[in-house]
Amino acid sequence: MATRLCVLLLISLLATGCSMFRRDKAPDSDEPELVVSGRSGQTQVIDPEVERREITVPKVDTEDFEVGAFAGYMSVEDFGANPVIGATFAYHITEKWFIEAGVGTTDTEETSFEVLSGGAQLLSDSERRLTYYNLSMGYNVLPGEAFTGKRRAFTQSLYLIAGLGSTEFGGDDHFTVNFGLGYTLLPKDWFAVRFDFRNHMFDSELIGVKKTTNNLEFTLGVTFFF
Amino acid sequence: MHHSINPAWGGLTLVVLILLFIPGLAQAKKPPVHVQIADPYIELHTGPGVGYPVFYVADRGEWILIQKRRTDWFKVQTESGKEGWVDRDQMEETLGPSGRKTRFEDPDFAAYGASRWKGGFMAGEFGGANVISVFGSYSLSPNFSTELWLQRVLGNFSDQTILDVNIVYTFIPEWKVSPFFGLGTGVVLTQPKGTVVQPEDRSDQASHVGVGARWYMSRRFVLRAEYKNYVVFTSRDDNEEPDTWQLGFAFFF
Repeated sequence: MATRLCVLLLISLLATGCSMFRRDKAPDSDEPELVVSGRSGQTQVIDPEVERREITVPKVDTEDFEVGAFAGYMSVEDFGANPVIGATFAYHITEKWFIEAGVGTTDTEETSFEVLSGGAQLLSDSERRLTYYNLSMGYNVLPGEAFTGKRRAFTQSLYLIAGLGSTEFGGDDHFTVNFGLGYTLLPKDWFAVRFDFRNHMFDSELIGVKKTTNNLEFTLGVTFFF
Repeated sequence: MHHSINPAWGGLTLVVLILLFIPGLAQAKKPPVHVQIADPYIELHTGPGVGYPVFYVADRGEWILIQKRRTDWFKVQTESGKEGWVDRDQMEETLGPSGRKTRFEDPDFAAYGASRWKGGFMAGEFGGANVISVFGSYSLSPNFSTELWLQRVLGNFSDQTILDVNIVYTFIPEWKVSPFFGLGTGVVLTQPKGTVVQPEDRSDQASHVGVGARWYMSRRFVLRAEYKNYVVFTSRDDNEEPDTWQLGFAFFF
């Protein structure tokens, strides 16, 4: 089963991705200092020859969360391409890695068979609505600046994203693998415009034969960091 | 049957609500922090990442204002009004108002050990079908914790929703990688798919034993893998005994 393989691949990718979160930083040894670590308040002071040096731990506003809304088109295999809307919520772990939860919905249309047959209906109206939920892992690549005219530049980045989730369609829930890529443009450092191109893959038996469907989605969204 | 509120609209409403709260969050800002550059110079990037170009260099002795932080990058403003992003390593070479070295706090392994609430997502296989799960956990002691799980099994012939409560014993909580053992019980709701002969929903009791390992990675993240053996007490003569393998993340608050 194709999705099974995708799942294995994804999980192993996620696992290797995680191992990269660690900050590889050698402790600087030239100056002894007091290190405050988390809530435990452990102290680690060594050389008594040297005077102990205090440190300050400033409280700074963090903006690691990103919330957004999007709209676009989603092509559902055999059921036409139709408008899709949705929302995302993301947490940025490092400058490269982020995790994102997403939800989206689209109302699909009749298959060619249903149209040509004149009256046959494969699905009821409520079953025609497709809704997906997913949790994905994203990786920022190719960061840089985009120039508009001589004086203005916006920061921008591409990202690769993949994840797992569930899709409700045709009166059934389908285990779904998603993957794709996107482009982020930041007019302000707290506000971003996103283009996202995603494939949602799930196994479906709706037209009588079991097959893995590829459901391509293209959306434009806005997100806010907070 | 499916006339409930559309979840995407629900999601969008949530986004709008969060946006309404953002100005409030902004008002609750912490007082501005000034630090003095102690290195020969620091580099200001145009964005919060090593790939964004350096556009300005501020010299030793200059005071800079820290505006905000994103991951390991700090947005600062120099005395001359330049705004840019500085890497954490360079920020930790600055001095505070009293001439003391600056350090920035991160959730670490000690904080993980001290935290009581955890949550996470897992995915894997349940009796040959795909499963996705979400769980929350509360620590009763360093070794013992209790967990609430919601699992969704998406199979060929039926879908199942499993709600479980379990007790988990972590063998060596002071190690970053530790094995654990779990015992639990719950309910399995089975919805056979339309193509199956007996299309009636049913609910059964189930118990499970499990073993697994958790690995503290960094910050708020923990990698977790586990195996569970379920016994589903069906109303038929034979009980079902599905196995489940799952891999996922946990994070702590």
